[in-house]
Amino acid sequence: MAFLPLIKAVLFAAIGFAVGAGATTGLRNLLGMEPWSTEPVVTMGYVFALIGWLLGVGLWDAWAREWFGKQPKEPLHEGWARFLRFSTDHKVIGVQYLVTMVVIMLLAGALSLLMRVELAAPGQTIMGASDFNTTMSLHGIMMIAVAVATVMGGFANFFVPLMIGAEDVAFPRINAMSYWIVPPVAVLLLATPLMGGFDTGWTAYPPLSVLNASGQLLFLLAFLTFGVSSILGGLNFLATIIMLRAPGMSWGRLPIFVWSIFSAALISLTATQSVALGLLTVILDRVAGTSFYNAAEGGNALLYEHVFWFYSHPAVYIMILPAFGIALEMLTHFSRKPLFAYKWVVASLLTVVGLSYIVWAHHLFTSGMGDYLHLPFMVTTELISIPTGMVFLSGLGTIWQGRLWLKTPMLFALGFLMNFVIGGVTGIFLADVPTDINLQDTYFVVAHFHYTIMGGEIFAILGALYYWFPKMSGRSYNEALGVVHFWWLFLSYNVTFISMFWVGILGMPRRVADYPANMADANLFVTVASFVLGASFLVFAGNLLYSWIKGPVASANPWKARTLEWQTSSPPPLENFPSEPTVVGSPYGYGVAGSVHARLAPAGGSKEQDGQS
Amino acid sequence: MAFAARAPAPSHREERAHPHKSRLGINRLGLWLFLLSDSVFFGVLLSTRYYLQGVRTPEEVSQPLGLVLTSVLLLSSLTAYRAETSAVHGNQAGFRRNTLFTILLGALFIVGVGVEWALAFSHFPPDTGYGTVLFTTTGIHAFHVVTGLIALAVVFRLGKDGRYSKGNFWPAEGVVKYWHFVDVAWVFIYPTLYLVG
Repeated sequence: MAFLPLIKAVLFAAIGFAVGAGATTGLRNLLGMEPWSTEPVVTMGYVFALIGWLLGVGLWDAWAREWFGKQPKEPLHEGWARFLRFSTDHKVIGVQYLVTMVVIMLLAGALSLLMRVELAAPGQTIMGASDFNTTMSLHGIMMIAVAVATVMGGFANFFVPLMIGAEDVAFPRINAMSYWIVPPVAVLLLATPLMGGFDTGWTAYPPLSVLNASGQLLFLLAFLTFGVSSILGGLNFLATIIMLRAPGMSWGRLPIFVWSIFSAALISLTATQSVALGLLTVILDRVAGTSFYNAAEGGNALLYEHVFWFYSHPAVYIMILPAFGIALEMLTHFSRKPLFAYKWVVASLLTVVGLSYIVWAHHLFTSGMGDYLHLPFMVTTELISIPTGMVFLSGLGTIWQGRLWLKTPMLFALGFLMNFVIGGVTGIFLADVPTDINLQDTYFVVAHFHYTIMGGEIFAILGALYYWFPKMSGRSYNEALGVVHFWWLFLSYNVTFISMFWVGILGMPRRVADYPANMADANLFVTVASFVLGASFLVFAGNLLYSWIKGPVASANPWKARTLEWQTSSPPPLENFPSEPTVVGSPYGYGVAGSVHARLAPAGGSKEQDGQS
Repeated sequence: MAFAARAPAPSHREERAHPHKSRLGINRLGLWLFLLSDSVFFGVLLSTRYYLQGVRTPEEVSQPLGLVLTSVLLLSSLTAYRAETSAVHGNQAGFRRNTLFTILLGALFIVGVGVEWALAFSHFPPDTGYGTVLFTTTGIHAFHVVTGLIALAVVFRLGKDGRYSKGNFWPAEGVVKYWHFVDVAWVFIYPTLYLVG
């Protein structure tokens, strides 16, 4: 029965909730407090429900049995049912993440269209201000999850072990756990409207986030849980890349995608703890009555803004660094040229990691923090354009005089370059204090952010979905529909978001359901364009769904690419390679005489024979 | 989360996945990465004290209790170290004895935190400025101690069959390293809550 583990997990979660909620009520009674109080009971119930869910879905069978001296059970590795349960195969986990995240992306995209309908005309059109706030906040946090986990959870899982010639990640069971933490996050977020929604946006600034409806609590718990998943994922990729590279896979021969995941994982591992503490303090203020953000008792809301952005600014590099990696991979394979300035790119990625920790307060220029902090944070922020510019130049140097093969993935990589440069240049206006003070909290910020993350990262993700689709599914997508999707999206995307700079300069505030009448035309224009943009995703979803089921069977290496993931069958077998590959050269030696990346034993060859050859 | 980085015995698949790579080395790296991550959490947590309260410490804070708590926890690190060394040398009786001492000292520490909380409730309850910092910091640390105690109980139970030896001691080593980490965290918490100002 394919759904049995999920049913068991839901059952265990229900029992866990009952235990947690019951214990809290009992304890409150013992301590002489009012036994029932919604938020503490829900919080403790959720913590136990999460543990129950994880144990039920497979943590007990595959892992916890060991703690009691029993033999763990080997998870299922065959059939489609393995996608619905606790699998330790990194390729299954990668697909689980990707499917989950693409579904969340489409849902959150639909929410943004709802917002655009409300904003099509001044005054109220389809929903009240409070519903608009919840819609906006949900769109934000769901897309943040997509931006963080699609690459770090999906592509990194599927392809990092393959690209370094490993059989799996360093901690397969922690990897499975990182994924199975995600469904409860989605359930909590979708349940927020049932408890009054939340109106703080995804940033959840106190004091509002301490005082508003209980939907906020579900949001805080969801975000905190998601952070745990992100930390464990980062830990796993660092250990995998450090310890499990195939013989000969030196740091100088690592594919650039693997380097980008390494860089982003450093940030995931460390900075995420900061937002975890920030969210926890808000939860404690709501549930345990502490006074972190109660100014009357010495609390200070600015504390949260610092702690929050100490994670959330580095987090945009968790999003964009892997996108750099993906884009450069595709640019070099489809230009049939070596990656330009490989070492400079690696240095740039690591420089961005270092700088990412010392720029956070540029989000606080208008918050009331000390003025003496403006200049240093402006300078550090602007320094970031040096390494990112270096990555951009590497992309240009790679396609320079290349023989461009304009397949769908390459189109998306070129679209990425184009969009990201607009995102980068407009960022300068927000890093500069004098212009930022005027542009803060307008649609200019919305447009800038979407140019970097949607025009940048999402374009790279879509390109990667096409690029790696044959490897993951074993089937080919429809190239003509892929090209149609690209041009449709690229044009409608730019029309939509260029216009947002325009409404932003007009003074249109972000996150507000209403606006003055003089901005009506511009907003209506954006709304119409956004629907054209949204419709392009029908082509995308139709193409990939149909091709996954009925597309023509793909060969092992349809792009004639040199990296290791293409040197095994599509999809790869459980052990990835018939025997461990030996790496002897750069992965990008296109057109370089005599260049070889790796030697692989033919299928069926035993390990002893490989050792002699 | 505390269990994340230390699986007692690798499953068949994990062993198969990396035939010539040292599983012990991978486990050690994983644990150190986890501790690095968790220390960021403690670092930000401690900085909230200075951000909100500066270096003001109320006079009602019980100095003798703070000293006793610190001593108990430091002593437990010594017994934990002896437990690990015994496990590595296959000294089963020594492992059991020292693990048990560590668990008892850890439990004593938790009792001490209970006393600290009872005192704190009368002088600076959780909704006051200093109470917010004190209850949150000691609470989060005590949570780490409790997870460490559970992990110690698991390796104690597993070690009763005499399973630890020269070639198989990672679960004991991992848990003890985590226990040291929790102690070191307290070494920073103690001056932050009791001594500054």
